[in-house]
Amino acid sequence: MCCPRNTIAGEPVMGNPLANLLARRRNPGRARNSRRRNYVHWLWLLPTLVFIAIFLVYPVIDTFVLSFMNADSTASVGLDNYAWVFTNGAAQGSLLNNVLWLTLFTFLAVGLGVLMAVLTGRVRYESVAKAFIFIPMAISFVAAAVIWRFVYAYSPEGFTQIGLVNAAATGVGLPPIAWLVEQKLAYLGQLLPTPLHTNNFALIVVGVWMWTGFAMVIISAGLKGIPTEVVEAARVDGASEWQIFRRITLPILAPTIAVVATTLIVQALKKFDIVWVMTTGNYGTDVVATFMYKEMFSYQNFGRAGALAVILLLAIVPIMLINIRRFRSEAQNR
Amino acid sequence: MKEVFANNYKWLLILTLIAALLFPAACNRNPPTGIGSIEVLGEWGGEELASFQAMVAPWEQQTGGQMSFTGTRDLIAILTTRVQAGNPPDVAILPTPGLMTELAQEGSLIALDTVLNMTEINQDYAQGWIDLGTVNGSLYAIFMKASDKGTVWYDPKVFAGNNWTIPETWDDMIALSDQIVAEKKAPAAPWSIAVESGASSGWPATDWMAEILLRKYGGGVYDQLVNHSIPWTDSRVKDMWQMFGTVALTPGYVPGGATAILATNFQDGTYLPFLTPPGAAMDYLGDFTAGFVSSQFPQLVAGEDYAFFPFPIITEQYSGGVTGGADLVVAFKDTATVRSFVQYLSTADAQAIWVERGGFTSVNNKVSPNDYPDALTRAAAQQLTGATLFRFGAGDSMPSAVQTAWWAGVLSYLQNPSQLDSILADIESVAQTAY
Repeated sequence: MCCPRNTIAGEPVMGNPLANLLARRRNPGRARNSRRRNYVHWLWLLPTLVFIAIFLVYPVIDTFVLSFMNADSTASVGLDNYAWVFTNGAAQGSLLNNVLWLTLFTFLAVGLGVLMAVLTGRVRYESVAKAFIFIPMAISFVAAAVIWRFVYAYSPEGFTQIGLVNAAATGVGLPPIAWLVEQKLAYLGQLLPTPLHTNNFALIVVGVWMWTGFAMVIISAGLKGIPTEVVEAARVDGASEWQIFRRITLPILAPTIAVVATTLIVQALKKFDIVWVMTTGNYGTDVVATFMYKEMFSYQNFGRAGALAVILLLAIVPIMLINIRRFRSEAQNR
Repeated sequence: MKEVFANNYKWLLILTLIAALLFPAACNRNPPTGIGSIEVLGEWGGEELASFQAMVAPWEQQTGGQMSFTGTRDLIAILTTRVQAGNPPDVAILPTPGLMTELAQEGSLIALDTVLNMTEINQDYAQGWIDLGTVNGSLYAIFMKASDKGTVWYDPKVFAGNNWTIPETWDDMIALSDQIVAEKKAPAAPWSIAVESGASSGWPATDWMAEILLRKYGGGVYDQLVNHSIPWTDSRVKDMWQMFGTVALTPGYVPGGATAILATNFQDGTYLPFLTPPGAAMDYLGDFTAGFVSSQFPQLVAGEDYAFFPFPIITEQYSGGVTGGADLVVAFKDTATVRSFVQYLSTADAQAIWVERGGFTSVNNKVSPNDYPDALTRAAAQQLTGATLFRFGAGDSMPSAVQTAWWAGVLSYLQNPSQLDSILADIESVAQTAY
């Protein structure tokens, strides 16, 4: 009996919803009799519901309403703001940049995470290696962005290079490159269509550097959970290491990888800090979040900012749904 | 019951203490001269506030008045809230004239013509400064602590060593630039331009353009652009961009070209002419550049190793044009204390105190040039007091959305100069919703 003081002979007592619920579960027949008193648990839920209503539901609805209104929210403009997002060059650019982040950032961080988890799992100095890869995760995003600004720092040819990358490049005779500004392909000078710009890749590298550790740690934990019997059985059957990885490790790891990937996709969609600190979204590196911030605070256009926020929200919803569905199925399997 | 008594005694004690604390203050509030305490709202803090307090100290001694300063970085929000609540400060020090005009038009400010000795003011201040403080025929503000953005920085020794002469006109300046590129001496490049400045990247270039516009087309067109009575697609505005482009985008003019302009922090850019060997010959940026240079190269002597020349003349008629900034003193309450205080601040004697401490350029003609700590600030002050055509920085006088769009436009223009027309159309569309 968990709460003997509140429960007299198994009879639920008003004022303890947990006990009520437990009692209902144990004696479904009695539930009908006590339904009358069930409003009590709503009372307990009330503070949470109020908070969610004020800080989550109301802002979402308000943003939705604002996205159909003009800059200072005095008149309705219908779908104009949404039309603008999909027709304005700069807005399109930020959407495409987000798509690039979504694919490249997620793919690289997960891929490197799997690689590092598998490789570090096989060496004696595993914990040291993992610590090094995980450290970036422990640095604040802004600090990491500042560090990488120094790494990418640029001075014109003939001047002292204080940036690591350009110092190395000029050291071997290559010209320095303004990694955060340059849109053309580094050293080749070709301009590729919108998201495929050098500076976008330079920013994504920073994101990958930060999040690979996270992916590695989670996947490594999944890796440790693979029963050794299965691997040993495969080995006895004469499977090569690659076959074991491809046919046994990966399928067992798949749910873990999916969790990591969805987390990273959400990260990529709402990416703001790295871009803001390193380029402020200038030179064509805007993503939706930075673009929304500018529309809101620099241009004071609440309508367009609202439309961008709604688009961002709608893009994240399916991923959240997938996540929730998987959590449910996992809970059922348990 | 005992406890209640104890509590009552405690309250009595606290009340007595409060009264005791208030009593001397209450006495101070009504000195025999009728001058009491005054509240000033402004943006200053630290060194600037200390200098302002030093400037006010003689007034406090002479009159027995007391100045309390409320400093805030969010002046506009706090001031407008307090004015709306009917609780304005006695005096405020505003960073831009736009807010002064708004407040004067809604009747929140005291007209100073009746407060100040206008014959003295007319003698002490150039007509241009009085006009800037005038709304609907009444003077509402006096100007102090001005800054000068008409300054091109260079190393006089490098110029002398290379036999380069200071350009007086725009054409001379372009000719000198070509000469420097052709001669391949040290420095081999004429210009340092750098616009990186975090979220406000691009502003140094907008200062360039504002100076060009004022000196080529005069105050009328300048005001029209600031007030948006001409569109950004106007041919004169486009000309302003292209003239800036001539300097920024001509190959060889700026080391590293447009990429370096975009990637270099504006403060680092000011160091280039003063490196050994120098990286560029000239850098255009406001008079605050002296501070960057002196702290980066403490061994350099102001006026000898680094100096500025006035931005070259583009149209002879507008040769006295200078852009810059200044703080405005405005009054909200008409009391004897406020009258005495504002009158005091407008005098050369008061302003000389801060001038001597450094970091303050006075536009009062009576402030002696000898009061300035060095030749550079003296030269900046002379350029400002003599300005026949002074305008506040164009970007600072526009709605912030337009200013931001202008900054962003600069960055796009430097990367894709061929898209100037669409960049101007973008800024124009922002301007149309902002005004």
